[in-house]
Amino acid sequence: MERFINAWKGFKGDAWKNQIDVRSFIQDNYTPYEGDEKFLAPATQRTTSLMAKLNELFKEEAKNGGVLKVDTETVITPTSHAPGYLDRENEIIVGIQTDEPLKRGVNPFGGLNMTRKACIAYNYKLSDKVEEKFIYRTTHNDGVFRAYNEDIRAARHSGIITGLPDAYGRGRIIGDYRRVALYGVDFLIEEKKKDKKKYSQTIVSAEDIRQVEELHEQILVLDDLKKMASSYGFDISNPATDSKEAVQWLYFAYLAAIKEQNGAAMSLGRVSTFLDIYFTRDIENGVYTESQIQEILDDFVMKLRMARHLRTPEYNELFAGDPMWITEAIGGMGVDGRTLVTKNSFRILHTLYNLGSSAEPNLTVLWSRNLPKAFKRYATKVSCDTDAIQYENDDVMRPVYGDDYAIACCVSAMRVGKDMQFFGARANLAKLLLMSINGGRDEKKGDQVAPKGEPYQGEYLEYDKVIALMDKYRPWLAKTYVTAMNIIHYMHDKYAYEKVQMSLHDSEVHRYMAFGIAGLSVLADSLSAIKYAKVKVIRDETGLITDFITEGEFPAFGNDDDRVDNIAKEQVELFYKELCKNPTYRNAEHTLSILTITSNVVYGKKTGSTPDGRKAGEPFAPGANPMHNREKNGALASLNSVAKLSYDICKDGISNTFSIIPEALGHDDEQRYKNLVDIIDGYFAQKAQHINVNVFNRETLIDAMDHPEKYPNLTIRVSGYAVNFHKLSREQQLEVISRTFHGQL
Amino acid sequence: MFGTINSFQSLGAVDGPGIRVTVFMQGCHLRCVYCHNPDTWDITGAKVSVIDLFNKIMRYKPYFFEHGGVTVSGGEPLLQPEFIEELFKLLKAENVHTAIDTSGICDLEKAERVLKYCDLVMCDIKFVTEEDYKTYARGSLKRVEEFLELTSKKNVPLWVRHVVVPNLTDSEASVKRVVEISKKYKNLQKIELLPFRNICQSKYDNLGIDFPLKNTKECDNETIESLYKFVPEEFR
Repeated sequence: MERFINAWKGFKGDAWKNQIDVRSFIQDNYTPYEGDEKFLAPATQRTTSLMAKLNELFKEEAKNGGVLKVDTETVITPTSHAPGYLDRENEIIVGIQTDEPLKRGVNPFGGLNMTRKACIAYNYKLSDKVEEKFIYRTTHNDGVFRAYNEDIRAARHSGIITGLPDAYGRGRIIGDYRRVALYGVDFLIEEKKKDKKKYSQTIVSAEDIRQVEELHEQILVLDDLKKMASSYGFDISNPATDSKEAVQWLYFAYLAAIKEQNGAAMSLGRVSTFLDIYFTRDIENGVYTESQIQEILDDFVMKLRMARHLRTPEYNELFAGDPMWITEAIGGMGVDGRTLVTKNSFRILHTLYNLGSSAEPNLTVLWSRNLPKAFKRYATKVSCDTDAIQYENDDVMRPVYGDDYAIACCVSAMRVGKDMQFFGARANLAKLLLMSINGGRDEKKGDQVAPKGEPYQGEYLEYDKVIALMDKYRPWLAKTYVTAMNIIHYMHDKYAYEKVQMSLHDSEVHRYMAFGIAGLSVLADSLSAIKYAKVKVIRDETGLITDFITEGEFPAFGNDDDRVDNIAKEQVELFYKELCKNPTYRNAEHTLSILTITSNVVYGKKTGSTPDGRKAGEPFAPGANPMHNREKNGALASLNSVAKLSYDICKDGISNTFSIIPEALGHDDEQRYKNLVDIIDGYFAQKAQHINVNVFNRETLIDAMDHPEKYPNLTIRVSGYAVNFHKLSREQQLEVISRTFHGQL
Repeated sequence: MFGTINSFQSLGAVDGPGIRVTVFMQGCHLRCVYCHNPDTWDITGAKVSVIDLFNKIMRYKPYFFEHGGVTVSGGEPLLQPEFIEELFKLLKAENVHTAIDTSGICDLEKAERVLKYCDLVMCDIKFVTEEDYKTYARGSLKRVEEFLELTSKKNVPLWVRHVVVPNLTDSEASVKRVVEISKKYKNLQKIELLPFRNICQSKYDNLGIDFPLKNTKECDNETIESLYKFVPEEFR
């Protein structure tokens, strides 16, 4: 067809031409790169001055309490706002969410109350115009609370389940934004129309009807996507014809998604190697130089750094630092053994130098033992210099998802355009322990949360008896949790469906339901204390166990000691098995993560004293991390403990954050890079899934707390994502500082 | 067989090549003024069997690759030569790289048996005169040189280390002399200049021991860099 001939000139292969198949296009056309970073181009004058302009805006935003402006008059959709620019004359890639940079739109589809509260938090008021519109509309949040039962409400209130996406967009869905660049929107519409026709033939169940209605919505929104692009002067009906268009088309698709949805995590997917195909073609044909290509990419990343959602302060407590989780999966290996590292894998990391360090996009290196050596070295160099990237084990994920998966949020893998997930926060297993020995009562407030049972009798905790009580309460927690998730995702599909993102999926998608665990190391250490030391209970006047006296030594998680590591492993498996007993909405596949984002602080706040010696209110360790200052055998012992947790059970990811002082990693830079490569290789060889790497001194952070102006771009990795250190609350900053920094005296 | 160890560090990235498990042995006869492990002086401590320690080390084999391995430090590891010999024998059977970090002041006959299973010796030349060795470390340069001669005879790769203490061992002459002595041994691979640090102060405080260098400044990186100029390129 005419429109494809020019756009696809020089591209090889046929499998991807007549049907949507981005993976085949990549496989047929990409150029693996085994060389080093010497080819990279520095920031151009234009990039530097534009970035300086943007940095000024960031400063203003920070001064303004974290939000620059809110448009309270317009409900944000792909076509809601007139085009906006950072600097119209000098921008290469265009498009922002509203008509002004960093101005946030209101998106009440997830929940009107949340939107109202968010406006108030920043001294705005949601306009009557928007309020009136929603009088006649049910939000996701309205729907959910119509259906929640008493158990869910109580569990939510006590904090044994926290962070459920019941008042805002669920996120964690990754549109295959590359499709717009490769095929143009018209082809995508044609394909969706064909699918709709097919599915409309036989309609029996509610599910069949839902499918057809969703396809209808997808088709309509693809048209909106074209309208949005056309307001910026671009016709994206047809495929992109060169590098700049490929980036612009892809970015428009992503932009439409973040205008439509304010989901917690809005990943970009796996675009850098895809884009490299266009870049390589244009460089070979003399259309662009390396410097121009880097400039296009720098501009694109600048746009991503400008993405914003309007959040409430409560939300920020859970997910600190105003994150978007614009996660980009970089590198990895192909199933045919060729590396998926391209020059563009380097270029996207290089944006951290050209534009300065940043938390977003959330750059995630898919690490394999077989990655090219030069790329491994470069990635670890970037870690040492910026602390902005994370690593995930391609060698454990590729066998499950193939070689065209991406990461949603922090650690959740899914095949791009083929899988989606129902995101679902996490259950607090440390609190489950306390509730189990208290006959279902909340240890902090004393109210009955879970069904009333016989509380623990006796002065000292006995391991077998405690385990038996947990076995009694775990099924209640799992059932309550799954029920809540079923309601949430039914209502989200009904009232806040992700039209843009789902239009960039196959019509037949595989669904995961992603459950989570918080407080694993606290639980493991508590059970270890009960088993190997003596734990005496302290009861209040109502008989509620509110504190413990722990006498003697016990092995703690993070020391590579099987006695306690096996307890952690066992508890994870027991919870997962219990979840799986409960059927899910749309037959989604149950998955589990051990990831807290920054909610480990809030979870700790909501949990009473625990038998491991942690006092009421003290933070948990983040993700699957061992509790700080309980490690006696050094950093690798800590990694080995976490590596024992099974990825087969926790397919939604196991997050581990590793902080080390530079002096402990090697005498000089090259040695540090090499040693970091060995640490990651060694950790991942044991089938661990994820590691965040921070290389800095505790003193730097303490200084940064008191003198933020000295470290404007200080980026640190926390549970599965990066944040600007200054966007954390003081409480969260202190928690980060209190964590174990590996260093050897 | 049992040994007395002070501590076990699963991530040692600065005591030998690659990622290393570092075992700090208990006991030392020297009293170096800048010692940063005063808690290892006493020969008594927790006993561990050689097989348990071996098994524990082997859990970190995934991180070693071609260059990493085990470093036995201290204290003075060669005060427990039979134990180290036994441990290294087991490790060599598993193809793990072995290193000792020693003062060199030891029973040479027993040390020779350890060297049989040792892939790398890291040995200090702390001071460059017999007199300073005696005054500031209760040691002897002559005995260190005898040990270095032995490593050369056994052809075990050698790294010489020299801690640079401001106003004590930081002179150009001092470093030049270290280089001169070291170069005599054909097995020499590397000379490391290590900056003096005072982070050990808290250890002294906890033990109620007076830290002789408590008023000495830490050595800065610039000093180290400028002194490296006197170390021939091939040994840096």
